[in-house]
Amino acid sequence: MIFSRNVAGMTEVLQQATVGIAGCGGLGSNAAMLLVRAGVGSLVLADFDRVEVSNLNRQFFFQSDIGKPKVSTLADHLHAINPAVRITVHEKKLSRETVAATFEKCDLLIEAFDRADAKEWLIEAWCGAYPARPIVAASGLAGYGKSETMQVRRSGNIVVVGDGVSDMSEGLCAARVMIAAALEANEAIALLMAKGGAR
Amino acid sequence: MITVNNRDKLAWHEGMTVRDILTQMNYVYKLITVTVNGVLVPRDQYDTFRVPDGAQVTVFHLSHGG
Repeated sequence: MIFSRNVAGMTEVLQQATVGIAGCGGLGSNAAMLLVRAGVGSLVLADFDRVEVSNLNRQFFFQSDIGKPKVSTLADHLHAINPAVRITVHEKKLSRETVAATFEKCDLLIEAFDRADAKEWLIEAWCGAYPARPIVAASGLAGYGKSETMQVRRSGNIVVVGDGVSDMSEGLCAARVMIAAALEANEAIALLMAKGGAR
Repeated sequence: MITVNNRDKLAWHEGMTVRDILTQMNYVYKLITVTVNGVLVPRDQYDTFRVPDGAQVTVFHLSHGG
């Protein structure tokens, strides 16, 4: 039984939950992996990109994935962890206009884009469409070290993890990207547990 | 009185907008998400959204990387 070591009461709630992942790169692929290991029952993945060799320094992909679409490849990896997880894939470039329909069935959305302007419109689109449903975003996860600057800030149904200032122009390293992805997943789990997993 | 990011205090005035708060706080970051009392204020409302006295305002800076 995959979840026999989970916290008591957690699996039953998370199995009923549906989580959207907007972007399947460094944040999204790792957050999705953590959520499946935690016992989340359904995921909706969206990304337009294909796996490149330069993704392998931080994303949940392998040499044999290079050139393949990220969403379907990530779904395969997640099914290799838990064959029973329900996954809907959208291989497309999201826009402000398509966010609501793409993630309509989701109890919660994980923001996992790389560009800050896209993070901004995603948060606006989600909160505009579903003001009562949480969104967990990340801002500031570049570089290495500075572990103590990684924070979780909350306001209403918005959670933002990360240091808030570091920019990907300084380079992205798996350790720090995965801290942010893990903080996003951990916050998502806590939010889903708090609301009982069902809308 | 307005509280920004659980820390800074600003004097409130009638008709105060989100833009007024960002200007007073000298926010230089272009890409941000703002909430007033936990509710998101879209960017196109920064000049018109009236912030009530006693409001808790949160400004999240969004930086590139993912």
